[in-house]
Amino acid sequence: MNEMTKIAVQTTLKDWETDQEVRWCPGCGDYAILKAVQRTLPEIGADPSNTVFVSGIGCSSRFPYYVESYGFHTIHGRAPAFATGIKLANPDLDVWLVTGDGDGMSIGGNHTMHILRRNVNVQILLFNNEIYGLTKGQFSPTSREGTNSPTSPLGSVDRPALPCAFALGSGARFIARAYDVSKNLPGVLKAAHAHKGAAFVEIFQNCIVYNKDRFDDFVAKGVADQNQLWLTDGEPMLFGSEKSGGVKGIALDMETLTLKVVDVVDGDWQAAGVIVHNVKNRALAHMLVEMPFGPFPMALGVIYDDARPSYEEVLLGQDEQARKGKDANLAKLLGKGQTWTVSGTAADPV
Amino acid sequence: MATLVDGPDALTGGKDTPAPEAVVVRFAGDSGDGMQLTGGQFTLSTALAGNDLATFPDFPAEIRAPQGTLFGVSAFQINFGSTEIDTAGDQPDVLVAMNPAALKTNVGALKAGGLIIADTGEFNKRNLEKAKYEVNPLEDGSLEKWQLLAFDISALTLEAVKPFGLGNKEALRCKNMWTLGLALWMFDRDRQPLVDWLNAKFAKNPVLAEANIAALNAGHAYGETAELSGPLKQYHIAPVESEPGLYRTVTGAEAISLGLVAGAQLADLHMFFGGYPITPASAILHNLARLKEYGVTTFQAEDEIAAIASAIGASYAGQLGVTSSSGPGIALKGEAMGLAIMTELPLVIVNSQRGGPSTGLPTKTEQSDLYQAVYGRNGDAPMPVIAARSASDCFEVAIEACRIAVEYMTPVMLLTDGYIANAAEPWKVPDPESFKPFPVTFLEAKNGPNGELLPFARDEKGARPWIKPGTPGLMHRIGGIEKNPGTGNIDYSPASHQIMTDARKAKVEGVANSIPLQEVNHGETSGKLVVVGWGSTYGPIYQAVRRARRKGLDVSHVHVRHIWPMPSNLGDLLRGYDKVLVPEMNTGQFKTVLRDQFLIDAQPLNKTSGQPFTIAEIEAAIEAALA
Repeated sequence: MNEMTKIAVQTTLKDWETDQEVRWCPGCGDYAILKAVQRTLPEIGADPSNTVFVSGIGCSSRFPYYVESYGFHTIHGRAPAFATGIKLANPDLDVWLVTGDGDGMSIGGNHTMHILRRNVNVQILLFNNEIYGLTKGQFSPTSREGTNSPTSPLGSVDRPALPCAFALGSGARFIARAYDVSKNLPGVLKAAHAHKGAAFVEIFQNCIVYNKDRFDDFVAKGVADQNQLWLTDGEPMLFGSEKSGGVKGIALDMETLTLKVVDVVDGDWQAAGVIVHNVKNRALAHMLVEMPFGPFPMALGVIYDDARPSYEEVLLGQDEQARKGKDANLAKLLGKGQTWTVSGTAADPV
Repeated sequence: MATLVDGPDALTGGKDTPAPEAVVVRFAGDSGDGMQLTGGQFTLSTALAGNDLATFPDFPAEIRAPQGTLFGVSAFQINFGSTEIDTAGDQPDVLVAMNPAALKTNVGALKAGGLIIADTGEFNKRNLEKAKYEVNPLEDGSLEKWQLLAFDISALTLEAVKPFGLGNKEALRCKNMWTLGLALWMFDRDRQPLVDWLNAKFAKNPVLAEANIAALNAGHAYGETAELSGPLKQYHIAPVESEPGLYRTVTGAEAISLGLVAGAQLADLHMFFGGYPITPASAILHNLARLKEYGVTTFQAEDEIAAIASAIGASYAGQLGVTSSSGPGIALKGEAMGLAIMTELPLVIVNSQRGGPSTGLPTKTEQSDLYQAVYGRNGDAPMPVIAARSASDCFEVAIEACRIAVEYMTPVMLLTDGYIANAAEPWKVPDPESFKPFPVTFLEAKNGPNGELLPFARDEKGARPWIKPGTPGLMHRIGGIEKNPGTGNIDYSPASHQIMTDARKAKVEGVANSIPLQEVNHGETSGKLVVVGWGSTYGPIYQAVRRARRKGLDVSHVHVRHIWPMPSNLGDLLRGYDKVLVPEMNTGQFKTVLRDQFLIDAQPLNKTSGQPFTIAEIEAAIEAALA
């Protein structure tokens, strides 16, 4: 739907709840994400009749059943391809794609790459719990090295994939990161929805059964303050507080062209050389998505946002051009090329 | 009948030999010699001359194999005549061999007494070695059982195009046009359409156009002036008697593309075609990509799975989703087909079969995906399957696939094969108005008895309503998990799975109510022997049965379009014959299905060489069965 014809629809959180019993494990981070989405949809004026949730397979992919909109629960890893077909058939639909680290990064990694490089106008929510939930706890492509699981009893040796780095490498024009219970999640979702084109949002999600509290080192109360860097366009990259051991910032080490953590004294971040976030700076985005947690805080919020024309806009626009002034007469099409007529037994070239 | 003059001298008898009713010509050369193009243009001129015809392009899987090698030979066979032609011909009467490798790989098929036209310019030491000839076959008498016309086509071409100042390599490229010119002379064909075509093709490079036309004219003139008492003579093949109307040539891939466009229009839908390049199915994607103005969107997906998934997505959103592939790609699409079956969305899947398993024979034909089409999915996953029997039949079959898909809310597999996909034949251009439209209606309001929405309520055909996302107030969720028979909500209960499994099966079986009863294509409705075929074996079976019946044998031909479900009378019809013979280009797949469905003693006749059946092979099997 283009901006001119878009009519904001008045809904409440309740309007987005289905009559289906939610079947996630009690305490699962998915509940918080569901609520955040259901809270966001009324705020962006979404119309349930015009909204489609598409998913693959896995715990996260049950999501569409719980949102009172159109929903398509497809097959493992392929949701991006279904979403692409839906958007090409009806670009006016507002399509959300829900996937997980197994669905989106492992079996469906290929499709994740292609929907991002094509830049189909959908919101992609990748729930990253760093484990396979629905198949009962095997390590996933984002599991940390050494993860003990039924298929890696000696600890996994695979190096984990970085979803945001993968997305950026695939050509994504919008990349954001948040976590399930964060109060900032609706804001991130709103920004993703406002972006025209593929918007990739990695959401750290707590798997209460197979990977409990995996993200506590930056999510837990008491450490969040010094271990979370919330990015805001045009704002300096600051984290921590006087209470938690000092305000810090991210600066550029000019010698090595790498990021570094600097102390900010008396609020003078300029003096400390702290970088001002610019969501259109692709080189900076590359550094932020690669920034290792531990020596650095976890970068959260909108990391990159620089829109380009969407795939369906360009492709369907090209088709529209091709149709201009052309006659779609089927009889003419069938009789195209070099033909001849038979009258009696003689053939005459036409 | 393919070649009415069955003796050795159809073309090579004395001056007084009457003109044959049909002739088989095979052009063979290196992959880079332009044999497919030569064959295609010869086909067009043959069609314009009013002959009936069938062609068989046979080319290697390699794009351009090393020059002169045996595996790099590309051939194009055409059978044309003044009578009905249904196959590309068992044995060529004329073989045009552009190099030693082409001669070696093709001469064995040439009819005894047939004519070889060879380019001596290419029979040099290097090429002879590449073709593994120790002695030049043109000189050692080894070709005695055939008529040989060997002369230096290369040199004659170079001479003809000399005025245009082309480089040696470019000049030699005109050889195929020289050869075509000679062939046009041999069968007294008009050169003008070829001249027009060359002018159009090389519009941006008039020198090349002129050079090619000069080569064409020189080949033609060579025939005229060198008409010796030897084998080179001119033949007049009379036009075939055909129904009056507008005609064109069409390949299976073209006819499928046009049929899909027609089918979508008859359904009053925009078509979405999701495809991924694969031989020999790519031509359909190529064709449709140029037909945007007919309400077509084409999408080249990242892989076979994304191709079908995008098509299902488009169907979900209210368009006619279509995908196409060949064996290995169809295997990859299997899981998504199951989803389309489970969510009951319309979809057409075109399978251009090729030799398998795995990569198999990418450019050669086979019918070995029948099991895959009928049975090849997890779970009880019934899906209608229909098969095209010839290039022109592809048009109607494509429309039929679209009809079944939208009327029954189901994926449908259309089986064609590498032979039909590439082969050309004359086609009486159909009037689109003559097809009955089957416009789709989408659900616009809640359909339950109590004002609720029931996305999986069924109509009298067992089909569920098609509900487009974007329709106000009809929000619902669908997916691959078993569902409640009415609401479609997740429902794993034993009763639900039983009801839904039965409903899916009954719906697909019910398609049989909407298809014509099986007819006997040739012969009687009962008797000693029936030859049952499906797909591209139609031509050779039809001709073999005709020949056998002329000899007085009690044999009939039944050709099945609807593979699954089958016409409701098929079992009874086949039981009316003492014996049932099933020729197939696989190891006996349809035979097994027939045995399973009807408990009849169907006997197989199998061929998996990557080549179509010859008429003689089927004729021999008929005679053996009735001996």
